[in-house]
Amino acid sequence: MKKAERIGGNVASYVDDRTGAAKWLRKNLTKVFPDHWSFMLGEIVLYSFIILLLSGTFLTFWFDPSQREVVYEGSYEPLENIKMSAAYASTLHISFDVRGGLLMRQIHHWAALIFMAGMIAHLMRVFFTGAFRKPREANWLIGIGLVTLGIVEGFLGYSLPDDLLSGTGIRIAEAIIQALPVVGSYLAFFAFGGAFPGEAFIPRIFTVHVLLLPGIFLALITIHLMLVWYQKHTQYPGPGRTEKNVVGYPLMPIYMAKAGGFFFIVFGVTAFLGAVASINPIWLYGPYNPGQISAGSQPDFYMGWLDGLVRMAPPIETHAFGHTISWNILIPGLIIPGILFTLMALYPFIEAWMTGDKREHHLLERPRNNPNRTAIGAMSLAFILVVLINGGNDIIATHFALTINQIMWFTRIGVIVIPPLTFVITKRICLSLQRADREKVLHGRETGRLVMLPHGEFIEVHEELTPAQKFTLTQHEQPPALEVPREDANGVLNPQGLKGKLRARFSQAHVEQVPAPTESEAKALESGHH
Amino acid sequence: MSNESNEIAKFQDPGLPEHVHRKTDVDPKAADRAERQVAILFILSALSTVLAIYSYIFIPDDKFFFLPIMGDTNAHQLFLGLGMAFALLFIGLGLVHWAKTLMPDTEVIAERHDFRSPDEDREDFVRTVKEQAAAAGLGRRSLIKRTLGLALGVSALTPLVLLRDLGPLPKKKLEKTSWKAGTRLVTDPGDRPIRPEDLEVGAVAQVLPELVPGKVRHLSDIAKDAVLLIRLRPNEFQLNAERLSWTHDGIIAFSKICSHMGCAVALYEQQTKHLLCPCHQSTFDVTRAAKVIFGPAARPLPQLAITVDADGFLVAQQPFNEPVGPSYWERSS
Amino acid sequence: MKKVKMNSGIKKLSRYRRHRYAGPALLVIALISLGTTYQVASALPSTSRMESTEQSTLIEEGKRIFAQGCSSCHGLNAEGGGIAPSLIGVGAASVDFQVGTGRMPMADMSQQAMRKQPIYNAEQTAALAAYVASLAPGPDAVNEAQLTFERDGNTAEGGELFRTNCAMCHNFAGQGGALTQGKYAPTLMGVDAKYIYEAMITGPQSMPVFSDKTITPEEKLSIIKWIKAAEKEPNLGGASLGRVGPVTEGLLVWTLGLGLLIGIAVWLTAKAR
Repeated sequence: MKKAERIGGNVASYVDDRTGAAKWLRKNLTKVFPDHWSFMLGEIVLYSFIILLLSGTFLTFWFDPSQREVVYEGSYEPLENIKMSAAYASTLHISFDVRGGLLMRQIHHWAALIFMAGMIAHLMRVFFTGAFRKPREANWLIGIGLVTLGIVEGFLGYSLPDDLLSGTGIRIAEAIIQALPVVGSYLAFFAFGGAFPGEAFIPRIFTVHVLLLPGIFLALITIHLMLVWYQKHTQYPGPGRTEKNVVGYPLMPIYMAKAGGFFFIVFGVTAFLGAVASINPIWLYGPYNPGQISAGSQPDFYMGWLDGLVRMAPPIETHAFGHTISWNILIPGLIIPGILFTLMALYPFIEAWMTGDKREHHLLERPRNNPNRTAIGAMSLAFILVVLINGGNDIIATHFALTINQIMWFTRIGVIVIPPLTFVITKRICLSLQRADREKVLHGRETGRLVMLPHGEFIEVHEELTPAQKFTLTQHEQPPALEVPREDANGVLNPQGLKGKLRARFSQAHVEQVPAPTESEAKALESGHH
Repeated sequence: MSNESNEIAKFQDPGLPEHVHRKTDVDPKAADRAERQVAILFILSALSTVLAIYSYIFIPDDKFFFLPIMGDTNAHQLFLGLGMAFALLFIGLGLVHWAKTLMPDTEVIAERHDFRSPDEDREDFVRTVKEQAAAAGLGRRSLIKRTLGLALGVSALTPLVLLRDLGPLPKKKLEKTSWKAGTRLVTDPGDRPIRPEDLEVGAVAQVLPELVPGKVRHLSDIAKDAVLLIRLRPNEFQLNAERLSWTHDGIIAFSKICSHMGCAVALYEQQTKHLLCPCHQSTFDVTRAAKVIFGPAARPLPQLAITVDADGFLVAQQPFNEPVGPSYWERSS
Repeated sequence: MKKVKMNSGIKKLSRYRRHRYAGPALLVIALISLGTTYQVASALPSTSRMESTEQSTLIEEGKRIFAQGCSSCHGLNAEGGGIAPSLIGVGAASVDFQVGTGRMPMADMSQQAMRKQPIYNAEQTAALAAYVASLAPGPDAVNEAQLTFERDGNTAEGGELFRTNCAMCHNFAGQGGALTQGKYAPTLMGVDAKYIYEAMITGPQSMPVFSDKTITPEEKLSIIKWIKAAEKEPNLGGASLGRVGPVTEGLLVWTLGLGLLIGIAVWLTAKAR
């Protein structure tokens, strides 16, 4: 026995004597994970979270979360002797007087953007493949929680340097708090320790940003991963893959090497962005002053859609009985996002209710094979995209020779018209793709090769699919629509009332499919040919 | 076969495809090559770390050079970052390449287990809970349950109460600014008082109230006090008599704090006489007392009544007659 | 010790030049100084018959150019028309800015006049300016001798003034921004100091006037010094992405950032052969 083996064995037996971990570990080291690029999206998020923890810790060593007024004496000349908050001054210090400080700031911010973009991409993958279905609804909810908190965490993070741009963002956040009926101005005064901007907000959000929210993230991510572990990963359909198994590579060594390697890759790509691309150049923005503003003041992209919504809101306020309700803030700032996130969180339950499907699902669906869900997802994306465009309308206007008023009106109308249109189009596209699949299975793949028959006719050679391909394209379920009883045993019409009708209608929409070809059909075709 | 012909047969699952051997599985030379490739990647990583450390210590942070696309780039920042990036990337690429080419790539099948407990376990669970609950008298002693509920519910109030000292009550603070009758308008920055003749037609000035001696100006003051001064030709106004009397010689003053969400509204277009807020693009017509003509703002910007004092400097006639900034519940108009 | 080193380090930034512009800039400066000599002459009250004659020839020349190139919109006597404003009282500074930056004559009737290659040379511009200035008094064109921003300006104070008075339209780094109905505040990068100064005192097109009493001439020089420093400032953190804020950052993270990562993930999960 080699020396290393002996030491390893001793350590292992020491641990196992006290925990009995050997059995559990043995079982889990051979845990199987299916391989697909889209399964790596969640890992991008996990790894950027770790990068955020590491780079964030580095930044806290110099960052001074204080709004105390100081006079800048650091090395960035264009701000020499300017009054600013200690938070802003210390961010300048990190950027210009700590070697590698600017790099770490940029890595931190790029990692935050990758964290958010990765979460949204991961969420889209889970949604469009139906991975949220039973038994994974709880993990879907945790995911929605993480996205929501991620938006808050990101906002607080870029607010900390107290620069002109982020201060403007805080000003807007304060206006939203202040707009809350009854308690608004009280909450605003509590949050800011008095009148805006005060000197309390940055120190407070610092604690939330570096302690409270990361703690919650850590807990939620742990549960999220434990559930993935325990429930085993979903897999794409294909030969040999069933609802009862999971096909892939064992954790040790393949998955460990790949996932571990991917951590370094994500970190490397983030560091690369931090090295070559400037992000949040706070020294150009200047320190926050409520009397100043820059053209094109926008938030980061994950808040940008909210800003776009606020921009397109109609100018409505109610003044009655000595009180004011700002619909122009509440509707786009709280009510619509609230409805969106609630619907998103409840979607697994809504879909289960619409389809009446109470079974477990471990095989993913190809988006085209569930046209209704795919169309709903595309519709939501279209909504977000339209409002996001409005969130950057001034930048778009100057770069594409348009006017902000045109873009505003385009998006105001577009936000109502484009999502339903997207729904219809996406659904049609899905059905066409299903039809294309059907053609492929029954008639083979078009090879593009033309062959002249002896009698002079040209035909394109169709190549028959392999049994594996045929199976993959036809394995999906196509359940019939729900039967909603027209009358119950006592002869009462529509016993479930409007709810029943609605459900029947939804279910009908959900099962609109191009019938998957069957072997019988293929055989019938074959015999017809010969 | 004939009796099955009416049934619809789906395509059968052909099962997991045969494992195809990689080049590295069958050709020892290819395996050696792969090993060397992995090693090279790891060595590249180590070299990148050397680059990072070298850059940190030896490249001065004031060295710039021109790169296409990137413009004038700081060498210290770039090479430190690239060194770090490639050190990490190459470790990752090496690990993955190792896993892909040299580690076993046979797909494994694991069976899933049912999450649902067997029926007897479930029944057993319900029975146990019921028994234990009954033993504890949870079903009977409703007084205990209710008072416990009360105590728990009430105890949550303490932390809420503890948060009370986060800030003072707003009282009338949202309504008041530093502007009083006779407060001089001074330039921001510079704090110089302004005479009407200092402003040409078409001119703007960012102004703040003159500081009372011994007082300092906080950002929270600026957040309410900032005012924009604009000079037009007097005949360009379309104001009622009262609002016209708030102007002086074509000079009109508005709160710079947006009535929508509080950004500084200061984009004044001299030709159209429009004011634009860069945050949400509310547009205000200066000639019509900052009436909203586009965007989400629902109220005009508050107008500050101005006149001149005995020394000929611009002063406020009176405080703002309405709260400045975004709306809030207690606002009455 | 470190601080001193860093200090000198960053200060070197301001000495750093973008050589690409050095050549054209010199040319422009030469042309302008040629033009401004005439303008200075035109602005001074004539003391002798000789000068007065020179002045009146210049005005005559300006009137001739005006009648040819400007009067169709601005009216034969610069009284303005349906599509163009009166030029009486706008002063030489305004003409020098509008014609010198190529904004006037306008090529087409777009929302606003764009900066382009000037049509008139420095002498013709000076003549036009002299003519317009002769109609009614207005701000004089700025000469190079006034532009002592390198000596008299303070970059940091200029930044403060810029953020209060200019950034709302021209963006925090002077990159320009959108106004209503397709109008825009142009970028200030690569604009001659003289024209920045003239724009502040004349308020061309959408831009308001910044009076010498509310922003003193010294403060205007500080603003110019800051703009010039921003123009010369190298990209301290890497590619600048246009210095327009988070929009381009978001775009980059979804394209390059996530694109790279997904590309690598595809390679990572693809079976080796």
